[in-house]
Amino acid sequence: MGRFAPCSPTLTAQRGIWGIGITFEPFLLVVLLALPFLGSLATGLILNTTSRDLPVFVAGAVTLLAALLTASFYPALANGNVLRFDAQWLPQFGLNFTLRLDGFAWIFAMLITAIGFLVVLYARYYMSEDDPIPRFFAFLLAFMGAMLGIVISGNIILISVFWELTSIFSFLLISYWHNNSTARDGARMALTITGIGGFCLLIGMLLLGNIVGSYDLDKVLASGDVIRNHALYLPALIFILLGALTKSAQFPFHFWLPNAMAAPTPVSAFLHSATLVKAGVFLLVRLWPVLSGTYEWFWLVGLAGTLTLLLGAYFAMFQRDLKGLLAYSTISHLGLITTLLSLGSPLATVAAIFHMLNHATFKASLFMAAGIIDHETGTRDMRRLSGLFRFLPITATLAMVASASMAGVPLLNGFLSKEMFFAEAVETHADSILDRALPYIATLAGAFSVTYSLRFIHTVFFGPKPTDLPIATPHEPPHWMRFPIEFLVIVCLVVGIVPAYSIGPFLQMAVESVLGNRTPEYSLSIWHGFNLPLLMSILALAGGALLYILLRGYFARCEDGPPFLRNLRGQRIFERVLVTVSWRWARLAESRMGTRNLQPQLRWVVACGFLAGLLPLYVSGFEARMFTFSGIDPAFAAMWAIGMALSLAAAYMAKYHRLAALVMLGGVGLIVCITFVWLSAPDLAITQLLVEIVTTVLILLGLRWLPKRNPDMGAFISLRGRFRRFRDLVLAIACGVGMSFVAFAVMTMPVPDTIATYFLDNAYEQGGGRNVVNVILVDFRGFDTLGEIAVLGVVALTVFALLRRFRPASDSLDMPEQQRIQNRFDEERPDRAPGDTVRDYLAVPSLIMQWLFPVIITFAVYIFMRGHDMPGGGFSAGLTMSIAFLLQYLAGGTRWAEDRLRILPLRWMGGGLLTALATGVGAWFLGYPFLTSHFRYVELPLIGKMPAATALLFDLGVFSLVVGSTVLILVALAHQSVRIRRVRSHDAAKTEES
Amino acid sequence: MELVLSIAIGVMTGCGVWLILRPRTYQVIVGLSLLSYAVNLFIFGVGGVKSNLPPILGDGVVSSTLSDPVPQALVLTAIVIGFATTALFLVVLLASRGLTGNDHVDGRNERK
Repeated sequence: MGRFAPCSPTLTAQRGIWGIGITFEPFLLVVLLALPFLGSLATGLILNTTSRDLPVFVAGAVTLLAALLTASFYPALANGNVLRFDAQWLPQFGLNFTLRLDGFAWIFAMLITAIGFLVVLYARYYMSEDDPIPRFFAFLLAFMGAMLGIVISGNIILISVFWELTSIFSFLLISYWHNNSTARDGARMALTITGIGGFCLLIGMLLLGNIVGSYDLDKVLASGDVIRNHALYLPALIFILLGALTKSAQFPFHFWLPNAMAAPTPVSAFLHSATLVKAGVFLLVRLWPVLSGTYEWFWLVGLAGTLTLLLGAYFAMFQRDLKGLLAYSTISHLGLITTLLSLGSPLATVAAIFHMLNHATFKASLFMAAGIIDHETGTRDMRRLSGLFRFLPITATLAMVASASMAGVPLLNGFLSKEMFFAEAVETHADSILDRALPYIATLAGAFSVTYSLRFIHTVFFGPKPTDLPIATPHEPPHWMRFPIEFLVIVCLVVGIVPAYSIGPFLQMAVESVLGNRTPEYSLSIWHGFNLPLLMSILALAGGALLYILLRGYFARCEDGPPFLRNLRGQRIFERVLVTVSWRWARLAESRMGTRNLQPQLRWVVACGFLAGLLPLYVSGFEARMFTFSGIDPAFAAMWAIGMALSLAAAYMAKYHRLAALVMLGGVGLIVCITFVWLSAPDLAITQLLVEIVTTVLILLGLRWLPKRNPDMGAFISLRGRFRRFRDLVLAIACGVGMSFVAFAVMTMPVPDTIATYFLDNAYEQGGGRNVVNVILVDFRGFDTLGEIAVLGVVALTVFALLRRFRPASDSLDMPEQQRIQNRFDEERPDRAPGDTVRDYLAVPSLIMQWLFPVIITFAVYIFMRGHDMPGGGFSAGLTMSIAFLLQYLAGGTRWAEDRLRILPLRWMGGGLLTALATGVGAWFLGYPFLTSHFRYVELPLIGKMPAATALLFDLGVFSLVVGSTVLILVALAHQSVRIRRVRSHDAAKTEES
Repeated sequence: MELVLSIAIGVMTGCGVWLILRPRTYQVIVGLSLLSYAVNLFIFGVGGVKSNLPPILGDGVVSSTLSDPVPQALVLTAIVIGFATTALFLVVLLASRGLTGNDHVDGRNERK
């Protein structure tokens, strides 16, 4: 089937596996993807379990089920079929949640789930008693889900999303032993490198989608020529390569992988051999049909690949740590795959896919074997390990077979793909130095890999008895711990001996799904006669063995790391860069440009604001036009003359007499309120008036804890101080004058046709209210209001939290002077007890305030009810209600009020927010978008006809939250005087005790 | 009307800016309040400064003669949020004064 024909969304398998025509399979794809994540959640939920078997059971069942499910897709994929699942995600941006399974994705999914299952089984025995098991399996399963996501995504942005997820879960898995600083550093490095790579990948994918005009993988794969000839091809290629090469640990980004070896070994076996690091090359194969074949591709990918191939193998020879050796070997083998992909020939791509599978099998088993050695002997240092064959004969045999496969010994799967690599290396693809050097590089790297494989086997299993092992007598692990290795090694052998009958059909399916009609003829047999590749293999084997014999002595005593390049450590460079950027430059920038003082910051903010306001005028010119005065109402002018005087006086008195400043500020507020009435905005006037009241009370409560009034009105001011004042004054005047001009210009401009017309026309028909302002708040722009009340709630909670541990300044600790005088008066009179005067104070107003309580509440209900049609609504009703509560506090004092009235502001707030949310969500159930409102008029006894819109319910939420927040803030502040008294007596008792 | 209102806005802005650049916490609170009055009036003024317009839809009221509801809706929530931020700011300053023992916005009287 033509692979490049764009698949229509409905193209699914023809035969359902349940035999019911079409087909559950697309949905089963979702199940397959969801399964690991659900398993992860389930394991996470039993986080506190002490059972060691339950998490393993969950993880094992999930991975096994996923593997079986994947396997069951196989028949549906025959003949180049592709399974697709489409769901709209953000269609307006061309983003769909598309899952897509073809032969190549299938074989990878199989790899992920099958090795995943083996790793779970292995980890069951590997993890020690003290490790938190559920956390491990939760992360492992989530990682598996993310990896499956990359493989079966049918949308290139979705691939990026899962790509990031794998970075994050790999971070969590590497740092699993988070008490270990190496693990933390390694995890951070892996996250930084792969995270930056992931970001580049996203950019690349966006560019690619931009070139193609769609993010759909099928569409992308169908437009290879468009992509390769596009001007943006090179940037897109570079960004995508940055993503893929960092993930697959290719030179020069390879260094994170050896540092990630601090992870538990099952993680290394799963992530760092079979899955995570394969994601990069997976993506290269996935996009190979559209990106490869150009000169740029050959050089960029080829250079990275060959350098990685050679350097990885070279570095691997000189590692002391078993896992370090395996990590560098992995890097080298990934380099081999990358090199193959760079060649741009279909046959090389077949070899690359084949080698990806082979490498996963032998490397995963080698990692597990290294884990067993570590587990049984307590060390991974190859200088201490020796002669383990006598203790671990079975593990040793298995490891030997696997490393023979790694070295490319015939009759094993590693040999086959390596042979194919050699054959391709000899061919000329893009005539250049790199191409001509490739056969030599390939043979040399092959020899190196023989050397490090030999070193691994010979040092660890042969030679004299080990002398200084942490665990003196190692013994074979439990059988089931060894089982995964046995299984994988058998796969190595079977594939190596009868490839055409074992891996053949699967490989053919995978290759066809990538290459389509360019699929080449290839032969999967062991024997191709005496030819150049075989000669190269023999040379590599012999040369590698010889090299090992020559270097044996050196290996035994050398330092860690390879000669010549020991100092070239990517890790060190990385850390230096990190320190420079995140520490030195940051410090420099902070010391040069930052300040810890508030005033300069505010000054800059104001100055920038002023310039930002000026700039458009400067650029587009200030049009001097004839202003049309609407005349000046003398009363209005007189009122604002007072208002301006009050505002100037408040500004002057704020330093010297706080109470006076507050009174004048309140005066300005009232004049603003009257202005709203004057200018036909009754809703605003009501709200302003009520807010003015609560703000004044709030600041009055705050004044109690501010310092006493400043008596020195005419104190001496230094020259510097004078200069500062002058500068601020200039800034203030400039801002004031500027605002005046802009305000005047804006107000005298003819008002264009705005969205207001829409609201006015539709408020009654659609929102069912005559008060358009309220309809906008609770209906048209209900979502904004929801956000705003959430902010209000957050602020109230913050205030509450800040005041819980509030310690006033020492000079505000004493009782206020007024109370002291009153108490002294009480003490001097024999017929009065202390506190009587306070109680008698304002006796009549107190009584009135108490009586007013029900009246105000009724008023609040009234304002609330009429809000949809008349000025009022949830905000103003809420404020009124809170004032009702506030008056009770004022009238009787905190204790009195709380003895009689239990307000639970937190409940009011929570209830309000939930009501508002529930109203919004309710619309969903009726099939409407969030916060769609419905209304009709209902007849109520006594009150009459009344609009019953769901918006009213939303407004009820607003009301309740406003009440809760306002009361919470004010009461928390008012409570401080009671609390401080308690704190004071507590402190006094303490000092007495000591 | 526009002239008066815009001058008033300018004066309140000027006073507000002057106050928020002062070193005492209380001055900053008063300054922010004045600034928020000015900004609210400004936003409100964008909708046109007209008195004696019907604010409520009623029978026989032509919708184009109504006062502009959009700036009103914006300012209404701004007023309430303004109260909340004033409260937050006040409490932060009280707490900071409790911790540092003085009334300077930076928590210390003299600059280093």
